[in-house]
Amino acid sequence: MNLLPIDLIVSSALLWIALGLVGLAARKQPAFVRNAVFPVGALAGLLVAASAFSSRGVETAISLLGLPDLPFHLRLDSLSAFFLFILGCAAFGVSIYSAGYFKNDEKHIGPLCLQYHVFLAAMVFVLLADDAFLFMISWEAMALSSYFLVTTDHRIPEIRRAGFLYLLMAHLGALGILLYFGSMGGDYSFDAMRKSHLTDLHATFAFLLALFGFGAKAGMLPLHVWLPEAHPAAPSPVSALMSGVMLKTAIYGLLRAVFDLLHLQLWWWGALILGIGLATALFGAIFSAVQSDMKRLLAYSSVENIGIIFVGIGLAVIFKAYAMNSLAALALVAALYHCLNHAFFKSLLFLCTGSVLHATGERNLGKLGGLIRTMPWVAWSALIGALAIAGLPPLNGFVSEWLLLQAFLFTPGLPHSYLNMLIPVAAAALVLTGAAAGYVMVKFFGIVFLGQAREEKLHDAHGAGKWERAGLSWLAGGCILLGLVPFFVINHLSGASMLLVGSSLAADKGSWLFLSPISPARASYSPLLFLIVTCGATLLSFLMVRRLYHGRVRRTMPWNCGYPIWNARMQDTSEGFGQPIRQIFDPFFKMERKLPSPFDAMPKYSAKTEDRIWHSLYLPFGNMVEYVANLFGKIQQGRILVYLLYNFVTLIALLLFMP
Amino acid sequence: MSAFGLLAQFLQLFLTVLLAPLLLGWVNQCRAWLQNRQGPGIDQPYRKLRKLFQKDAVIAESASPLFRIVPYILFGAMCLAAAIVPSLATDLGFSEAADAIALVGIFALARIFMSLAAMDIGTAFGGMGARREMLVGFLAEPALLMVLFTASLISQSTSLTVIVETLAHRHFGIYPSLAFTGIAFLMVLLAENARIPVDNPASHLELTMIHEAMILEYSARHLALVEWASSIKLFAYVAMGIALFVPWGIAQAADWLGMAFALPILIVKLLVAGFGLAVIETVMAKQRIFRAPEFMGTAFLFGVLGMLVHFLLGA
Repeated sequence: MNLLPIDLIVSSALLWIALGLVGLAARKQPAFVRNAVFPVGALAGLLVAASAFSSRGVETAISLLGLPDLPFHLRLDSLSAFFLFILGCAAFGVSIYSAGYFKNDEKHIGPLCLQYHVFLAAMVFVLLADDAFLFMISWEAMALSSYFLVTTDHRIPEIRRAGFLYLLMAHLGALGILLYFGSMGGDYSFDAMRKSHLTDLHATFAFLLALFGFGAKAGMLPLHVWLPEAHPAAPSPVSALMSGVMLKTAIYGLLRAVFDLLHLQLWWWGALILGIGLATALFGAIFSAVQSDMKRLLAYSSVENIGIIFVGIGLAVIFKAYAMNSLAALALVAALYHCLNHAFFKSLLFLCTGSVLHATGERNLGKLGGLIRTMPWVAWSALIGALAIAGLPPLNGFVSEWLLLQAFLFTPGLPHSYLNMLIPVAAAALVLTGAAAGYVMVKFFGIVFLGQAREEKLHDAHGAGKWERAGLSWLAGGCILLGLVPFFVINHLSGASMLLVGSSLAADKGSWLFLSPISPARASYSPLLFLIVTCGATLLSFLMVRRLYHGRVRRTMPWNCGYPIWNARMQDTSEGFGQPIRQIFDPFFKMERKLPSPFDAMPKYSAKTEDRIWHSLYLPFGNMVEYVANLFGKIQQGRILVYLLYNFVTLIALLLFMP
Repeated sequence: MSAFGLLAQFLQLFLTVLLAPLLLGWVNQCRAWLQNRQGPGIDQPYRKLRKLFQKDAVIAESASPLFRIVPYILFGAMCLAAAIVPSLATDLGFSEAADAIALVGIFALARIFMSLAAMDIGTAFGGMGARREMLVGFLAEPALLMVLFTASLISQSTSLTVIVETLAHRHFGIYPSLAFTGIAFLMVLLAENARIPVDNPASHLELTMIHEAMILEYSARHLALVEWASSIKLFAYVAMGIALFVPWGIAQAADWLGMAFALPILIVKLLVAGFGLAVIETVMAKQRIFRAPEFMGTAFLFGVLGMLVHFLLGA
């Protein structure tokens, strides 16, 4: 029997569900669950990635399951294959890592294992769904299982609160998606939606609903509020999956909705996505610079990266609306490439914070430091992740940002004069975001891993175990490899860009060594040569110094300008590192500062930085909902007599007004 | 990659790496003259490098391996930067490997490694220097990209070769977009190379230093490499300025005769630019560190203005 990739993927997803059940059943033997169930799950992830990678063309299947008379439709095309590839690769690394990580979480391991694998399987079905029913069911399964994962430590009130916020936002988004499918009409299969022809107005409504729905899941401004709450609350592998993969399912949904299911794109949709994306990216970058909790910092950085992906999508929509398909392909490939990159480096960094959290019990940057000495493996992996996310060549983050900037440089060709004037400003904002990401990553890596230990207990922090190291190495290796062979990745992406914008980046232009998306005279970049020259010069300088001079080293106290006394508290703190950003972007933040007076005998400083959007949008909205609910509450008396009266009044009213 | 390209590449690389300290020496000497001092002579940086290379390295007990490899990485990255910025010829072997955006990436790479190394020991100065350096970079890097973007838009390419060839072929005249970006570039050059008014290379006053605060813990060969890398960086920046704003005289395509003429022309331009730097450093005072973001923000806005002007006027 000939197994198609789609069959393999579906079987892997079913295997995941089965593994989850096995884990639940075997919860009394946590060692078995960790050392057997999670690694097998990881292999299933690898199978998903491999099948998705090898799939060509479109495969459809009709599942036996489903509602009566409404079988589920499955479809594997190049877009879903690409996102399944992301899912599989990230799931492999995270599952391998989890095999070591959940050692300390043995009492939760049964439900954790079940939810974790259901979560993975649900994401597979989201990506494979070819009708609105299966899509919504898997979407809900994904949201609920991740909710349970977030609230693993449900005894802590903050975590329950974070979980509730997440659930609320997920459902607001789901409502948007449901209405989107409703407005598309037909028999709710994606095929029918592709064939439907909507008027501009109707299509615009559908688009706005999709943007709202998927944007809430992706964390676009101003619907991002759940990310910085939910990510720190969840166990680190779960944060890694949520940030690395689940946010990407929202991107997938948006791409599917805008490019595949809707038959037309208007230019201002693209401008809207672009604008929101830029605001999101800048907002995320600035806020992550002032965070003191390492997972919150990474969560805001996810917001930033989602913004960058949105910018790529927005540009692609604009180009597509003006039928400049090859440029749309360039912008789209940049966005998709960034999705892939983000899955690798953000999962990697979240896993690194997990190891740090286990080794030290601390999430607060102010209580960490110097961990490169006690946990070198984690530190060097984190360094790769940090450099990649900061968009430095020759790692992977640089390639996608490079492609996106190239796309921006083509905007003078747009036939719309206002857009032409505004887009350079957008490019400037994007570049500013990229530089801010570098700032944030120096802060993150420098405070956590470099310097002196800020607490006594950090001196006996233990390094990561072998499972954890394997997971970290896989993801770190991916960051390097994806940076070095962009040519192959872009080739692989041609199917997805063909499907969505009807054009692909021609692969035959330029050799495999050089990446030159449009033409070599226009722009070219060769990460391999880059790496070779830099490493060559580095090595040569090292050898020359050793050969011509010597390698003698004397170890002693730090010089520190000759000050004899120094201790860990003299180092720059995370708040200190964020201070310049806080000062420059002061209006963005809602700050509460308490400064002592000069006469205080016991001076105490405190500064609290909060999100303005939360205070100006969510709290008033929440208060309004509460107020309305209270009004309704007035008619809920709880006495049967009163309810009978309501019945009576309604009957009378119906009798009076009904003809 | 032609034979000429490779040869020109290595020639330029070696000349740049070897001559970079000389430019620094020239700037310092000019400054000394302008300040009515005799000055140490323009070969002083070489003497300093030789002295440092011969010393034993003294490293803090708590230094991690990262601290020790950063000087080499810095030096390697700056070599690549010096290789791809067209100073002698435009047809360079490595120029296809990294374009203008990658060049900015190289500088960012060096900056981030430098800042991380500064934070490694965990002294108050190191962390403070790192934070300030990242702050300067956070605003200077986008400004530099805006400058390069404007040049890329004019020449329809981000390849440095094409940019410089296009700019060199334009007839002489003042282009509004280039005028704006020129100001932005000068400001970025001063900030990124730790010159007055953002930082003072001659000062070791703890509260104001940026670059010097980061390299306080380095000594001997490590310090020598860091210093050498900074001088290459200064050279690369000045060469980039020359290539973007006064490119006339650079050897284009496979032109051996052009190369022979390009070298003296380049030297004259460098002498003038170095003198100009010394004048700026003599007539200006160092700003308070709190004013640095303003300075860099202005540079960024000038860069954006230049690009907007190009979009509006097409020139």
